[in-house]
Amino acid sequence: MAADYSASDFRKGLRVEADGIPYVISEFNFVKPGKGAAIYTCRLKSLIDGNTYVKNFRSNDTLKRPDLEERTMRFSHKEGDEDFIFMDENFEQFTLSGKVLGDNQYFLFEDCEVRVLYHNNRPVDVNLPTFIEKEILETEPGARGNTATNTLKAAKINGGFEIQVPLFINQGDTIKIDTRTGEYADRVLKK
Amino acid sequence: MEVETPVRLPTPALELHIDAEPSGASFLRTSPELHMKRLLAAGCSKIFQIGPCFRQGERGDRHNPEYTMLEWYRTNSDYTAIMADTESLLTHLALLLGRPGLGDGGGPPPWPRLRIEELFLHHAGWNPVESYDAERFEHDLIHKVEPALPRATPVFVMDYPAAAAALSRRKPGRERVAERFELYIGGIEIANAFSELIDPAEQRGRFETWARERQAAGAPVYPLDEAFLAALELGMPPSGGIALGIDRLLMVLLGATSLDAVMAFREWGD
Repeated sequence: MAADYSASDFRKGLRVEADGIPYVISEFNFVKPGKGAAIYTCRLKSLIDGNTYVKNFRSNDTLKRPDLEERTMRFSHKEGDEDFIFMDENFEQFTLSGKVLGDNQYFLFEDCEVRVLYHNNRPVDVNLPTFIEKEILETEPGARGNTATNTLKAAKINGGFEIQVPLFINQGDTIKIDTRTGEYADRVLKK
Repeated sequence: MEVETPVRLPTPALELHIDAEPSGASFLRTSPELHMKRLLAAGCSKIFQIGPCFRQGERGDRHNPEYTMLEWYRTNSDYTAIMADTESLLTHLALLLGRPGLGDGGGPPPWPRLRIEELFLHHAGWNPVESYDAERFEHDLIHKVEPALPRATPVFVMDYPAAAAALSRRKPGRERVAERFELYIGGIEIANAFSELIDPAEQRGRFETWARERQAAGAPVYPLDEAFLAALELGMPPSGGIALGIDRLLMVLLGATSLDAVMAFREWGD
């Protein structure tokens, strides 16, 4: 295992581990009052849930070097209620649970490429393409001619996942979803 | 008189919180201070130098591990004369740049001289000269005192606790206070100055204290600069001196908030 990071190694973008959680240093500031001791102010952003907090470090402080690995793989199929099966380019098979995938499980489609971050060989974060397309399986008919985008209604995609869409979206339409926010982004016009 | 002193040294200036960059078996200078004082002891009376200095691990918006320092010294003088020098030099520079003055709104000299004791009593509620606590002092300096400093004009923050004297002499008649000042422009520290400590025994004692504290903190300990101490033994006249960060001065003169604005090469790789 490589040595820990000392405070003088800290910089923006560095991935570190604190209290067993992998973080990225998202903001970094070095302060040193004249003739005084250095203070390293870091905003730590969790690589798991994205939460951030600010912490001050002194020269002698250290942070662990996290054991992180990113794998790119493609969605194959679902087995049972909870197991999502992926293949990497060497056809090695990986299973991710619905719990790890969160809402992303509803945005997957066959052959969808995902980047999975493993911490200590445990999958902790899954990134999908920013925009994916899904068909609306169920929604109330919208008011004819209403093209306003600021009034929303509920619609269901596969798996019964509910998403808020503008009133003009109809059952059978295809929409674009931003996987970072899980929100409606655009309507995909039929060719 | 402009002088040049070595950049690569066998014994970098020993200070509590400054780490030198190794260069072979030697070190790159963290400041030209000790060599310039040897020139004062050898008979030079008014000297200046502009050149590169190196400090290991100092990297941030307002720090770079390699930067340019201006230092000047005057014999038969003290830190009050250096304040007047600083006012003349910076006012001249501001004029050359077509600016009416420095800080937010100008502010012709004399600039305010604010004693650290009063600043702390007013903004932090305690007196670090009477009872010093390094960690508390530095914390409150950054979070309470510096943010409260006037912005409209440069200010001199002066008369530090003796425990934070660095290489300055203690005030004759009030030994708890060190004759040291820092120049702040727009709340940013630009220069550090002393009535220089010229007592060889006290200087050796301070070096030895810092060496012990550095060792206890796990920091590298550099050998004492015996040539400098020998020069003090021979006799150095009472002097004032200052170290001014040229890059930071340019930064504040341009109204920038990061050295990125004034240094072309700021790579993070080591």
